[in-house]
Amino acid sequence: MQLTDLTMLELAAKLAAGEVSSEEATRASLARIQQVDPKVRAFLRVDEAGALAAARASDVRRKSGSPASALDGVPLGLKDIFLTEGVETTAGSRILEGFVPPYDATVVRLLKEAGLPLVGKLNMDEFAMGSSNESSAFFPCHNPWDVSRTPGGSSGGSAAAVAAREVFGALGTDTGGSIRQPAALTNTVGLKPTYGRVSRFGVIAFASSLDQPGPMTRTVADAAALLQVIARPDARDATSADAPVPDYSADLEAGVRGLKLGVPREYFTEGMDPEVEAAVREALREYERLGATLVDVSLPHTKYALATYYLIAPAEASSNLARYDGVRFGLRAKDARSLRDVYALTREQGFGAEVKRRIMLGTFALSSGYYDAHYLRAQKVRTLIREDFTRAFQQVDALLSPTSPVPAFKLGEKVEDPLSMYLMDIYTLPCNLAGLPGLSVPCGFTKAGLPVGLQILGRPFDEAGLLRIARAYEREHDFFRRSAPL
Amino acid sequence: MPVSDFQPVIGLEVHAQLLTQSKIFCGCSTAFGAEPNRNTCPVCLGMPGVLPVLNQRVAEFAVRTGLALECTIRPTSVWSRKNYFYPDLPKGYQITQFDQPICEHGRLVIDTPQGEKTIRILRIHMEEDAGKSVHDAGGGQSLVDLNRAGVPLLEIVSQPDLRDADEAVEYLKSMRDVLVYLGVNDGNLEEGSFRCDANVSVMPKGSTTFGQRCELKNLNSFRFLKQAIEYEIARQVDVIESGGKVVQETRLWDVNKGVTRSMRSKEEAHDYRYFPEPDLPPLHVSAEAIDAAAKALPELPRAKLQRFISQYGLPAYDARILTAERPLADYFEACAGHYKDYKKLSNWFLGELMRLLKEEGTPLSALRFTPAQLGALLGAVDQGTVSANAGKDVLGEMFRTGKAPADIIAEKGLAQVSDTGAIEAVVDDILAKNAGEIEKYRAGKKQVFGFFVGQVMRAMKGKGNPALVNELLKKKLGD
Repeated sequence: MQLTDLTMLELAAKLAAGEVSSEEATRASLARIQQVDPKVRAFLRVDEAGALAAARASDVRRKSGSPASALDGVPLGLKDIFLTEGVETTAGSRILEGFVPPYDATVVRLLKEAGLPLVGKLNMDEFAMGSSNESSAFFPCHNPWDVSRTPGGSSGGSAAAVAAREVFGALGTDTGGSIRQPAALTNTVGLKPTYGRVSRFGVIAFASSLDQPGPMTRTVADAAALLQVIARPDARDATSADAPVPDYSADLEAGVRGLKLGVPREYFTEGMDPEVEAAVREALREYERLGATLVDVSLPHTKYALATYYLIAPAEASSNLARYDGVRFGLRAKDARSLRDVYALTREQGFGAEVKRRIMLGTFALSSGYYDAHYLRAQKVRTLIREDFTRAFQQVDALLSPTSPVPAFKLGEKVEDPLSMYLMDIYTLPCNLAGLPGLSVPCGFTKAGLPVGLQILGRPFDEAGLLRIARAYEREHDFFRRSAPL
Repeated sequence: MPVSDFQPVIGLEVHAQLLTQSKIFCGCSTAFGAEPNRNTCPVCLGMPGVLPVLNQRVAEFAVRTGLALECTIRPTSVWSRKNYFYPDLPKGYQITQFDQPICEHGRLVIDTPQGEKTIRILRIHMEEDAGKSVHDAGGGQSLVDLNRAGVPLLEIVSQPDLRDADEAVEYLKSMRDVLVYLGVNDGNLEEGSFRCDANVSVMPKGSTTFGQRCELKNLNSFRFLKQAIEYEIARQVDVIESGGKVVQETRLWDVNKGVTRSMRSKEEAHDYRYFPEPDLPPLHVSAEAIDAAAKALPELPRAKLQRFISQYGLPAYDARILTAERPLADYFEACAGHYKDYKKLSNWFLGELMRLLKEEGTPLSALRFTPAQLGALLGAVDQGTVSANAGKDVLGEMFRTGKAPADIIAEKGLAQVSDTGAIEAVVDDILAKNAGEIEKYRAGKKQVFGFFVGQVMRAMKGKGNPALVNELLKKKLGD
């Protein structure tokens, strides 16, 4: 077994025992990147010097018996949407090429304070807009389980890097499924926390009312440990929640006996891949065997979620992306001769097709005369969707469903068909609209060897409950031990 | 129809920078005059990833202002984004309030030649200021200074209740007085920390339907406001008279040419695509907070003016000057605790004190003597210890040195001579030297009396008690 095959907590135990140094672990990670990333293309940027310096500092702390946290010294990767002081951050876009942030995102600061070496910035769909990583302005990322396929998106680089064992864990962001869907497609664990649980300060905004950073790891316990580092109130984020942060690992092994788990009818629909359905249904039976009760529930407004999402998210994005105007940072079109040119040419040259599509959708939805019919109505439907969940959670402790309707698809397969691409998120995005926590845990493979993910949705701030439910399954099925055929 | 057949209708939008130490959504300083882009941080520069966090003082100032203008305070108000591209607007949107502002339905009473008039306030909302573009900086470039970006503003929108330029000016002055009294704004039109736009339309007299309005910008003095409105009224009447139609547009006051000119038409107007700001939760203001703010509200300029008239028996003219600024009014009241002839006290304020303050460029807060000392000086004048003229010198000395009036009078020998014997000796001496003048006086040329008073006073270096000098002169001249 190689060093890079260890989970975060396994590595942390070895670091604590002095069996291995953070520098060794970080060098192993860097070597693995060098070895497999030409095939996976998960990294946009590797910060070797920064990571090694942090690793050596960690080793000094470990030696002096004063580690900064339980995860001190465990190398981590960051989606390129998190601002890192002094390290270029692009959100996968040409318009930010060369942009070196003057400050750290709150979560980056927390990770640094906890002593985790940050090895580099991970590939993603441009501004997190996409479900396949193909809208990255630089190059698509490949699924380690089949490099002709997508790892999903938008946090595809994060998922692929963890699955390919280039890093021990990573952070992603989830606006409509961008953590959970790539986790499902790569046999990794992805957790989207409750909206407001993790600070958005310093995270490049896609859709402010939906975005949420979260951990992407190989195991449920790793996700709990990583969430523990980044979940806390932040005075710099007015939407950050004041709720107390529990010990996410405390009840991890408590099992599911006696829990009521809802199976939403609307999440098992036509168009779902039969192998995905089979794997998920088998997982449901497993939960019954483990002592949980399955309850049939209905979330009647689910069918409106996609339309609602594609009004609200682009509307917010159209405004959030207005700051990329060529005036203060990032790209400025060289051939611009007037102010109008600076705007028009910079944005024309700097944004990719998917980003432009969403800016136009959002601009339209907010336009005078269309606002009421589009944006305002979408907000009303959003309330109905949230109420569906509130009612369901009066009956059950959590909801179970597939994460993605299909396993990893071929690169290029859906690029020309945005609508079918948008459908990749139908099971994940209602959770964002409702602000709930959601988790994807590996639940098997198709015959072709493609991973399948099980989604668990919970009550606001019940991340601990989701982790416990996911762990109960993972304990019986250690799919995470399988490594991708690279 | 001549201009007099038309009724102008005017509403003002006032933008007031709030006197907070830091900006509305970040910790940067709001100080004016810093080196360009010095008072900035990633938040007010609109860097990727930044989020706004409300400076609570801004909401407190808004509530205070709303209460002073008799508004309803919304328990829950909502932030919105106003989207438009401009180089000095870093995020590409301004965070403001739109359909649910913090204050609504207020009023401000102003004086007009016809008496008091109530101008209704439609709404007050909070927003962030933009930066400043500097054009033609050389090399065909424009530069951007973002020191002002994120400075908190209140926008106070009146109903179209104003009917001529003078009313508009009076409204703006009264509004400024209120805001300065509240300590929320410095009232500085030149530096642009207090500014206004005017919506102007005209309609035939007797009509109840407003005409098409134009918005006037760049009105950075009371004079420009008056001139621009008057020009615009005449222009609109002219357009209608010559068979045209006033078109809705934004017009800029051209200071040099004294005209308003079109800046952008309705067609060119932005679609601001307002929507609720997702980065900021709605702002809740509790009933307790509103009550506390109401209790802490200072006396407002108009109430103070009326009280000065009734409580101190002052003429409106005096009261208006004394209450024009809160520190002066406060100081007057402090002195009134030590000296009860309020009209006389007012005379000293309006005359000597304000002259000294102006000449020496001293702020009231830096005065070196106490209200009790000023009261003592005026008492000394009343009692004849010093003459009124010498009193002025004493005040000047108090102003410069902060010494007690009694000490100054003693040191400078300014005490008035009220010793009848001493004055009589001087009077006799003067009369003896001016036999010719006595003849004239006795022959009926009574104005010569003033000559004798002057001679006596000069001989006594101004220290002779004027009443006694008069009395003795009259006696000796045999009146």
